[in-house]
Amino acid sequence: MIRFDGVTKQYPDGTVAVDDLTLTAPTGKITVLVGPSGCGKTTSLRMINRMIEPTRGTISLDGQDTARMNEAEMRRGIGYVIQHAGLFPHRTVLDNVGTVPRLLGWDKKEIRERSRELLDRVGLAPELADRYPSQLSGGQQQRVGVARALAADPPVMLMDEPFSAVDPVVRDQLQDVFLDLQGELGKTIVFVTHDIDEAIKLGDQVAVLRVGGKLAQISDPAYLLAHPSDDFVADFVGRDRGYRSLQFQPSPKLPLAHERTLLVGESTDGMSSAWALVVDNERRPLGWVEPSRVEGPVTTEMLHRGGTVARASGSLRGVLDAALSSPARRGVIVDDSGSLVGTVRAHEVLSLIESVDRPDEDLADAFAESEPETSR
Amino acid sequence: MIASVLDWLTSSATWAGDTGLGARIVQHLWYSLLAVAIAAVIAVPLGLWIGHTGRAKSLVSVANSLRAVPTLGLLFAVALYLGPKIEGNLAFLVPSIVVLVILVIPPILSGVYAGVEAVDPASRDAARGMGMRGMEIVRQVEIPNALPLMLSGLRSAFLQVIATATVAAYVGLGGLGRYLQDGIATNDYVSAAGGAIVVSVLALIVDGVLAVVQRLVVSPGLTGRSGGTRSSRRGMSGTGEAVAPESESLLAGQPDRPSQPAARSAAH
Repeated sequence: MIRFDGVTKQYPDGTVAVDDLTLTAPTGKITVLVGPSGCGKTTSLRMINRMIEPTRGTISLDGQDTARMNEAEMRRGIGYVIQHAGLFPHRTVLDNVGTVPRLLGWDKKEIRERSRELLDRVGLAPELADRYPSQLSGGQQQRVGVARALAADPPVMLMDEPFSAVDPVVRDQLQDVFLDLQGELGKTIVFVTHDIDEAIKLGDQVAVLRVGGKLAQISDPAYLLAHPSDDFVADFVGRDRGYRSLQFQPSPKLPLAHERTLLVGESTDGMSSAWALVVDNERRPLGWVEPSRVEGPVTTEMLHRGGTVARASGSLRGVLDAALSSPARRGVIVDDSGSLVGTVRAHEVLSLIESVDRPDEDLADAFAESEPETSR
Repeated sequence: MIASVLDWLTSSATWAGDTGLGARIVQHLWYSLLAVAIAAVIAVPLGLWIGHTGRAKSLVSVANSLRAVPTLGLLFAVALYLGPKIEGNLAFLVPSIVVLVILVIPPILSGVYAGVEAVDPASRDAARGMGMRGMEIVRQVEIPNALPLMLSGLRSAFLQVIATATVAAYVGLGGLGRYLQDGIATNDYVSAAGGAIVVSVLALIVDGVLAVVQRLVVSPGLTGRSGGTRSSRRGMSGTGEAVAPESESLLAGQPDRPSQPAARSAAH
């Protein structure tokens, strides 16, 4: 658990970067600090490992005041990931990953094994181990940065906009890898971003900071979207928050319709409907065709791939999006293995949404205030 | 002329004895090495400290302004001042070495400082954030990354000192300067030209040796060379080859590099 207690950072010129910040990052959870430039989110993060010293207030790690710890030793126990990865250009990928274990004096063979294991965990091919950072793409470098931070298995990770310098597609992949890892590892993470979508996707808890370093609101993401505390937060979380908040609502039992399907190579002759769904041999949806517009056997080139596919176990956001994006107006729903289970229409999803309550205020407050026991 | 210079260079009489060409080359290298070593002992730690702390950057400019001091004038001044205070042969050696040290501190200092200064701030931040202490950052991050520029400075220093160590002859020391000094004084242009050629060739050889050293000690990650590992066909190996020659041209681009004039005089 990381606790900020009345922490203020004021620079000699009088600028207040962080103003009387009090918050708790619970053990094993991701706490995201989000806000516009100049809100002090990075300063707050860097005060945790004392890269910046607070002017007033205390920051404690599992109840111990960081001001009384040995700086370098403390930092070796905290994973640190920064925006441009900050890899050492003169070291190979493998040696970069082994940096902290080497500082800690681990055995050489142990370091190599651990580093290889981590490269695998962050989804990097083993043959990249002997490359140098300049030979990697931005996304790969960032994966190495995450692997390096995890090398000595620190209980706490600090991440300063680690995914903001890569393109949106890669960012999405990195976020998914990161969430998978966190699912396995359960680190106590403080994550800084200026991107509210990233905050909502990754955070168990989101702290919105305003310019001048004041905490505007802290809560779980669903509650944040549903109940912004003031105009600043409402404005910051964005316009389509109603739609985005659906991602926190698991789908109830969907009224699935049976869909007639055909395989690639089959003919659409005799099909009367405007759209027909094409699946592969394992009933995984491939795309839609319009029987009235095609002749002869269906080929993959004919497929209309505009529609998204939602998992029945996923969120209402995914289900609604599948319905809205489908050219046939029927959203394609699959099971966890990706096989078709049926289709659903947007109005059916909407009536489901209306039948579900908004996130409960008291419940969300209870979550935001709760401090899980320090088990790690 | 050319033929007689060649004769002079290849004649065994030229090379033989305590005052022969072989001995002169050894003396010349000894002065050069001593000067660079002393200068490095002063300039390398100083450059690392300035680059690491960002303090006293003006020292680098002060050192650079030393380049403007005329070497020969300084030599006579130092020899006149120090000469009477020192006994024996050292009275000749010390002033020359002092002057040569002053000559090569600037290229070494600027090389080291520029190298450390150029280290990616993100690498340095990451190093600190992962718990490296000051000296660990210097040793594990700043020096390895600064090496290309540090070694460029060192090469530059060697080229300058080898070319300039000839002045030692003016205060009665040995070295290859003797051929220039004595040759011109006695109208023996053949040995003067021969000496000049040997100086130039020596400078080029030392630079070549250092270039090889540079290749060996600088991480392939910094030069774009893929090193002992074969990088995959996709993209990177191409980039590696494209970048590699640049590390050699890095030095050629330095304005204070005297190898070009040296090479030209060798060709005359």
